[in-house]
Amino acid sequence: MSNVTLRVNGSTHTVDIDPSTPLLYILRNDLNLQGPRFGCGLGQCGACTVIINGVATRSCVTPTSSVQGEITTLEGLAKDGKLHPVQQAWIQEQVPQCGFCQNGQIMTAKALLDRTPNPTDAQIREGMARTLCRCMTYYRVQAAIKLASRNMRASLEIPKKEVLA
Amino acid sequence: MSESTKLPKQIAEALASRRNFLKTSGWLAVSFGAAAAGAGSFLMRGGAGSAAVQQAPGPYPDPDYRQLDSWIVIHQDNTATFYVGKTDCGQGTGTAFRQMMSDELDIAYDKTTCIMGSTDVTVDQGGSGGSDAIQTDGLPMRRVAAEARRVLLEMGATRFSVPVDQLTVSDGVITLRSDPSKRVTYGELIGGKKFNIALTGQNINATAGRAPMKAVQDLKVVGKSPQRYDIPPKVDGSLKWAVDVKLPGMVHARNVRPPTAGAKLISIDESSVRSIPGFLRVVSKGNYVAVVCEREEQAVRAAQTLKCSWEKAATAPFPSSEDLYKFMRAATPAARPNPAVTGNPDAAFAAAAKTIEAQYDVPFQGHTAFGPAHATADPSNGQMTIYTNDMKSYGMRNGVADFLGMPRESVRVVWMEGPQAYGRTAADDAGFEAAYIAKEIGRPVRLQWMRNEETAWDTKGPAFTFNMRGALDGQGNLTAFDYDARAADYGHLGYNEADTVLISQLMGRRPRAAAVGSADRPADMYEIPHKRLNAQVVSMPLVFETPLRTGNLRDPNGPQCTFAAESFIDELAAAAKADPYEFRMKLLTASTTDDNAFRRARSIAAMKAAAQEYRWESRPSPRPRATGNILTGRGIAYTYRSQTIAVQIAEVEVNRQTGHVWVKRIVCAHDCGLVINPEALKRTIEGGMLHSLSRALHEEVQFDTEKITSLDWNSHPSLTHLDTPERIDVVIVNGDPTPNRPDLPHYGAGETVCKPTLAAVANAIYDATGVRIRRVPFRDARVLAALRAAGV
Repeated sequence: MSNVTLRVNGSTHTVDIDPSTPLLYILRNDLNLQGPRFGCGLGQCGACTVIINGVATRSCVTPTSSVQGEITTLEGLAKDGKLHPVQQAWIQEQVPQCGFCQNGQIMTAKALLDRTPNPTDAQIREGMARTLCRCMTYYRVQAAIKLASRNMRASLEIPKKEVLA
Repeated sequence: MSESTKLPKQIAEALASRRNFLKTSGWLAVSFGAAAAGAGSFLMRGGAGSAAVQQAPGPYPDPDYRQLDSWIVIHQDNTATFYVGKTDCGQGTGTAFRQMMSDELDIAYDKTTCIMGSTDVTVDQGGSGGSDAIQTDGLPMRRVAAEARRVLLEMGATRFSVPVDQLTVSDGVITLRSDPSKRVTYGELIGGKKFNIALTGQNINATAGRAPMKAVQDLKVVGKSPQRYDIPPKVDGSLKWAVDVKLPGMVHARNVRPPTAGAKLISIDESSVRSIPGFLRVVSKGNYVAVVCEREEQAVRAAQTLKCSWEKAATAPFPSSEDLYKFMRAATPAARPNPAVTGNPDAAFAAAAKTIEAQYDVPFQGHTAFGPAHATADPSNGQMTIYTNDMKSYGMRNGVADFLGMPRESVRVVWMEGPQAYGRTAADDAGFEAAYIAKEIGRPVRLQWMRNEETAWDTKGPAFTFNMRGALDGQGNLTAFDYDARAADYGHLGYNEADTVLISQLMGRRPRAAAVGSADRPADMYEIPHKRLNAQVVSMPLVFETPLRTGNLRDPNGPQCTFAAESFIDELAAAAKADPYEFRMKLLTASTTDDNAFRRARSIAAMKAAAQEYRWESRPSPRPRATGNILTGRGIAYTYRSQTIAVQIAEVEVNRQTGHVWVKRIVCAHDCGLVINPEALKRTIEGGMLHSLSRALHEEVQFDTEKITSLDWNSHPSLTHLDTPERIDVVIVNGDPTPNRPDLPHYGAGETVCKPTLAAVANAIYDATGVRIRRVPFRDARVLAALRAAGV
């Protein structure tokens, strides 16, 4: 056991743990951040996805000691009490069935849109290909990503125009 | 970390209040309204926990379904909470229940909450299963809400000293017709107090008061699409799921499974794990083994490290998956019900101008829950509380009480949301295991299976083989049909029985006789003069302690049987050189007799709606062979389940070079009578079809002769974003001959659409390529081999 310091959703936490422990267990059990969930423990399904330094990362196969930098979990997406546009699009499209996988869908989509703000259909399919859903909500997930992309770009255009003017 | 395990105090108090409310006659709780609303939203979000447990020492008697107070509570702020004995598998049924009940009660939808499926606070409606939540359980819900409205109107009549017919009610406000300034709210009349109204009904489904249900035309929220209330907390991370439960003093457990099916535990070397930090105990009985540690990752490590000595079974527990169909066809059936015979099929075959024969095979397919099985059990106060996503929480309560030898009243099951596996949690192994370990060690236990354990040892949908024969006359009419199905379903699991769940089997406990299981006949309204429908069950050599335990997988036999039956109808249409849609329509319209649910008329209407939406063009299959690598085709399939009709048309692209199949578009025409929430229904239909598309394209449980070899998402692939159709069109049909009748029934939705997809895709592949794929799944290699063999 040793002390490990993590920066998560803007807060700093120090935990006394076995540093080889996968990050998922520390987030869920020590920091009470239960948005990321155990699905496979093998990095195959995406249920445990968190964003580390902008990259969608499978926390179930990430040793806690290896984490450098800021971690964002599902709980950390909302800002100033307002849901992230991806989350808003998810509600508008009524995406989830059971919803257990949706942490992975949402976090992976968020990182995808940060990287590729206006993805093609093929880029959405490729970018989400390894994020599984057993209720098979893929059709609505893809629609919600397009909706979020449109909304995020629309909200960005306004200040740009102001600067240009 | 102890801070995070505490529950908000008001939630615990609200739960305790609910129990007191049910127990105490005429009890008035001044603060109940607000507190219960808090509990409602919390339980809706799947929450419950430590403080609640401490304040509810048990026992936990059953809420009485013959009391109106068990179903509906009106609060002083003129809001209502509905308590129903159902669970949700992700289709948003709670939203639908609120729509139906708020309509009958005449209260605004957004002034209501719904609490579901916890055995000590909601009546026993059996949890979920059979796609009957709206069809069957929705009726007592509507009737009790109508009764509450009647009682409230009578109270209003007394208040204003007028007959009831001089009152109107809207959004929970009763108004005098003659003087609209005179008004009183439901909350003012009864808020926080009990109705004390007895209901009637020999069983819970028959529960009724004196008030009738409203006519369909008078329902205002039903038929609209309010957003599902459970979605925002699932999207913002605030929902507490069954996997999230934390209790003071809680420890973590993991199972250690036999390495091969039917293996016997010889010894456990506990010294192999004693040095693991946090290690507490090995719990074992018979062939069941689990480790318990203070922390979760420690339990994972201990389970992986524990050295056990096992003795393999003397004989092979099953054939390998490659030899499965040969084995099934050669086996002596364990159950041989008499075939259903119409007319004289033998004579019709003898007189046939053309006879067509085909064999179809469908593998075992797993529930393969996205999150492995899990539960948390708390043995405090000599009682047992289980926090679980069990879809049949009431059955689990009975089963666990039986399994542990505890009085029923000492066991309660708190239902919370979970990764739904469409039948998996009807045999909820993890709940029994957590309860067993908790009782053994006297501490709250959180247990979760690992991925390889879930994929290998979960319950399976049964494998099927089919032998089909059809006779055509000289004009291409189908005169005789011989259907012979065999399901590897012997020992089919029931609903959380103490002698069938895996831990029982591993401990050597056995039911008096294994369940016989079942194989379905085709479900269609085709008029065929001569038929023999034979459906038999065969057994694998090992019936218990096997990872090939069969359970109800999202319409237990429908996807398999409809794949075979509707593929074969397509083969007959092709042999008759008829358009596949027209061939089916001819069979549907060959008779005018119908049943109580008008399934014939509604099947015809759904067929027409699907063809119209797709813009189906009349021609036989296959289409003239195209050039180029991508071959496109369309396929149709139809069936019903109970009273609900589904017709699907798939459009596919088949890659001639790789064998890869992409379903580019699916049309579904669906008739389930009165629709409660059209948008939620559409998403349920989409998900159900894509689940079956996954079964069509990818899913097969593979095994050698002693163990499952499909262990994770690589060795047991599932549908991905890459497979998703670019377009799905759902057409909601109301094909009732009297579509506007005031008593239009709400039939069940959910599972029907899982049935036709496999056949629609297979038929589309045939249309595109001229090659018939008769074995599921249609993985690239299998399709490519078939294309090559046919010279495509």
